[in-house]
Amino acid sequence: MSRRLAGGGRVDRGARLRFSFDGDAYEGLRGDTLASALMANGVRLVGRSFKYHRPRGIVTAGPEEPNALVELRGGARREANTPMPVIELFDGLEARSQNRWPSLAFDLLSANDLIARFLPAGFYYKTFMWPASFWEKVYEPLIRRSAGLGSAARAPDPDRYETLHAHCDVLVVGSGATGLAAARAAAEAGARVILCEQDFELGGGLLLDPAHEAWRAGMIGALLRQSEATVLSRTSVFGYYDGNVLGAIERVADHLPVPPDHAPRQRFWMIRAREVVLATGALERLIALPDNDRPGVMLAGAALAYLRRFAVAPGERAVMFTNNDEAYDTAFALHDAGIEVAAIVDVRAATARAEPARQRGIDLRLGSVVLGVHGRRGVRGVTVAARDGANAKTLSADLLCVSGGHNPAIQLASQSRTAMRWDSAIAGFVPGESTQRQRSAGAARGLTGIASCARDGAAAGAAAAADAGFAAASGFDLPPDSAEPGTQVEAFWEVRSAGKAFVDLQNDVTADDIRLARREGYEHIEHAKRYTTLSMATDQGKTGGLVGAAVLAAARGEDVAAVGLPTYRPFAVPISFGAIAGHAVGKDFAPIRRTALHRWHERRGARFMEVGPWLRPAYYPQPGEENDAWASVLREARAVRQAVGLCDVSTLGKIDVQGRDAAVFLDRLYTNTFSTLPVGRARYGLMLREDGIVFDDGTTSRLADDHFFMTTTTVNAARVLEHMEYHAQTVWPDLDVQFCAVTDHWASMSLAGPQARATLAKAVEGLDLDNAAFPFMGVGDAAIAGCPVRIFRISFSGELAYEVATPAGHAERVWEAVLAAGRAHGIAPYGVEALGLLRIEKGHVAGPELTGHTTARDLGLERMLKKRGDYVGRVLAERPALADPDRPRLVGLRPVDRRARLRAGGHLVAAPGSAESLGWLASAMPSVELDCWVGLGLLARAESWRGKCLFVAFPLNDETTEVEVTHPHHVDPENARVRA
Amino acid sequence: MHRIDCPWCGLRDEIEFAYRGDATVRRPPADAGIDAFYEYVYLRDNPRGWHVEWWHHAAGCRQWIKVVRHTTTHAIHATAKADEDMQVPRS
Repeated sequence: MSRRLAGGGRVDRGARLRFSFDGDAYEGLRGDTLASALMANGVRLVGRSFKYHRPRGIVTAGPEEPNALVELRGGARREANTPMPVIELFDGLEARSQNRWPSLAFDLLSANDLIARFLPAGFYYKTFMWPASFWEKVYEPLIRRSAGLGSAARAPDPDRYETLHAHCDVLVVGSGATGLAAARAAAEAGARVILCEQDFELGGGLLLDPAHEAWRAGMIGALLRQSEATVLSRTSVFGYYDGNVLGAIERVADHLPVPPDHAPRQRFWMIRAREVVLATGALERLIALPDNDRPGVMLAGAALAYLRRFAVAPGERAVMFTNNDEAYDTAFALHDAGIEVAAIVDVRAATARAEPARQRGIDLRLGSVVLGVHGRRGVRGVTVAARDGANAKTLSADLLCVSGGHNPAIQLASQSRTAMRWDSAIAGFVPGESTQRQRSAGAARGLTGIASCARDGAAAGAAAAADAGFAAASGFDLPPDSAEPGTQVEAFWEVRSAGKAFVDLQNDVTADDIRLARREGYEHIEHAKRYTTLSMATDQGKTGGLVGAAVLAAARGEDVAAVGLPTYRPFAVPISFGAIAGHAVGKDFAPIRRTALHRWHERRGARFMEVGPWLRPAYYPQPGEENDAWASVLREARAVRQAVGLCDVSTLGKIDVQGRDAAVFLDRLYTNTFSTLPVGRARYGLMLREDGIVFDDGTTSRLADDHFFMTTTTVNAARVLEHMEYHAQTVWPDLDVQFCAVTDHWASMSLAGPQARATLAKAVEGLDLDNAAFPFMGVGDAAIAGCPVRIFRISFSGELAYEVATPAGHAERVWEAVLAAGRAHGIAPYGVEALGLLRIEKGHVAGPELTGHTTARDLGLERMLKKRGDYVGRVLAERPALADPDRPRLVGLRPVDRRARLRAGGHLVAAPGSAESLGWLASAMPSVELDCWVGLGLLARAESWRGKCLFVAFPLNDETTEVEVTHPHHVDPENARVRA
Repeated sequence: MHRIDCPWCGLRDEIEFAYRGDATVRRPPADAGIDAFYEYVYLRDNPRGWHVEWWHHAAGCRQWIKVVRHTTTHAIHATAKADEDMQVPRS
């Protein structure tokens, strides 16, 4: 049964589009939305409600739609909860209704509707309280199955999304008469203008009246000729943030089956506007009355839109229920289009529109209300009566148009922190004084009528441009003034009678729920909102939120102006996660840092691991080791202990520090002294936070009196630089010191093992490596393979070691030369796993011990705290709790059973099963030197445990391992090897 | 999102900056004692209204700057270099 009218509308009758809804095939026209196309096909039942699974139809013609939500598309592109009135029809469109099982017409869970008195407001809070053990196994699965609307796609989103940063002088939101006039006035004044319209056609309310078409087309044409005006349709502004930054989503390809090649599906606009004009129009509100959710109950303005814009008859026999004059336009338009208007039911005692209604022969019932709606899956009739309930009469009808007046669309203004003001002329809230550089215009501030809105828009656009510094003369014709008497609304919110009277259709909130919330103490609008979920659905209560507030106000015996509305927050319309994420997904989620030697590691088949943002080689599997990572790690570690190994340590933070006061500055940053460090020497340094906790460590070398080269741990490099900048710029700005990060400028490699000197001697030119000439902690410049290098005799592994640094571009050449020199000595490249093993054996602390809770003394580093002079953290490290000798302190741990493995993270306990934790095992690795696992832990009263045994408990795995408490240096405690 | 006028770089998005907090606290002299340092590290006023704050232009010039910001409206009254004294507006 086609309800498409023979003529008129903005649809292209020559362009037929096929689509399906719940598997049934239909046809629509180009220019349709899914809502108008289904309506044209006579489909009224389009969804089931959230809580009661009641049959629902199409209520609105815009993004404020609470009912007609569908799953759009299928597979990886399935998009849940999409409002039908914003789905632009395309050929091949597939949509499915939601929240029904097994079918839309027969939904088993609609039994909820019959037991509704057991599902009151706050039902979840009251019912699913106890026993606690029921929550995970019973309640949550139950709620998840029966609640919620559509389901999201499970597969990764195949489409691309873009982010675009834009600046403009004047941003205009909305392209109705107000917005078009504002944008044109601002653009002609010379301002750079962006105009955003959420619809696929510009014009807003102008689209509903052919009489305005010439003006609309002229305005758009003039705007498009402005070189500095950007006009965006299909673009919803969803958020108004601090600093006049607004977010918008442009639906670039949502109206196509799939995005064209190289085009994003949606574009996220982040717009920084000097001035903003909110021409967002007004939204019609419902009236709460029993069964006001039946398919066929529709807002009056929506009925007009379907009739005029889409040339669809929204019903065959209509009743209009109104509290204002504006709804009469719809009633007359329906009548004039040949649709029977059974009655206009007006709550008011009189109206200036009475005469034209009577002229059309329409049954006008003043001082009357609609008491109820008949028909379950669709309106079959309505009962009308006088306001006191007298003279009740049932009228046959399949369409009930409702108009409770109009709310200015204040969502964005509210987000910009504009306080709202009650305007009794429209019985609604209008924006008060702006706090950001923003103004509302036209219907968005309560005006009515095309001409007055256009005039207001032009003035707002010119004023915004002037405030942005543009005041060129502009002038254009406005639509002719008609006698616009205003809407003459009477505040009227609810018809009280038996049955469910909905104030929030999407969340199934009734007027009774609001009263119940108030009786139970949720009087404040913000509390009532959360208790009942009023306005908390994706439509944010755009059609019924104020009605709910008015019901609450009446229950409180107060004025709705005093109750107010809950605060609006982003998002004014739902937007997709994909658009927010933009390009930052998968491998592009965060930048990946690679060292200058990365390609060499790849060629060598290294397995990589993430260390902060870095990719570092974990180990290098050799033939036969592919399925045994331990074989590689232990082989590499043995090479270092027994021969020589080479490790890429380029990821350590490197900071070049210069200036007359560089040494003084470092003295204040580190717990130990650098002003006494001779040129050409390196020193290990320990850095605290100001609260006395260990922050970072590393070696710093003195290259000249006023020139130092610092290193930091890989993970703290950025934090250390920020710490230095803060202190240099704000705490000690008088110091003459400059520094900059040079991490990426230098590649560095650690050559370690008994054969390190022999290896390096073969490769290096210009440096005498003799132990006397270049001792432990020596620093010198030299060349390898013709490349400049700086050599530091420092060791992390505990072996004789040299760190070779070279400008990053020479990295591979130097690395290859060192490897070639070491071939005869059995050199092996080693990765981060072997590096970690070696440092645990040696008892050097690293990340697992520098937890942000440990002090220098905890880590056995108290000898590094200098006695004289100021440094960051000195004073607070002396706090009694931090100096407590019973605090957990660094120890070595080895299993008593030499074959047992240790698991980092385990608790140290005195006896198996003990619940008293004495500390923890921070790091553990199998030793290549001791033939058992070794660990580093932090243990309370460590001295008293030295040489004794306790247990590592790992209850998650039900493991308890007896361990011996040892010195932390499992290897070479005398530190002889590094000096050899 | 704030838009912050870096005195070295000009108007920039908030995402380029890192926030630290109250810019009126001063690190005490080395001999000021534990209480003074405790106050410096831990104790902060939480004013409703104008507040002078340290912001670090971390993704820009790497300078620490002062920002006079309103803690309820998020309005920014002024920005300055680290060594400038800033007064908060009266209201």
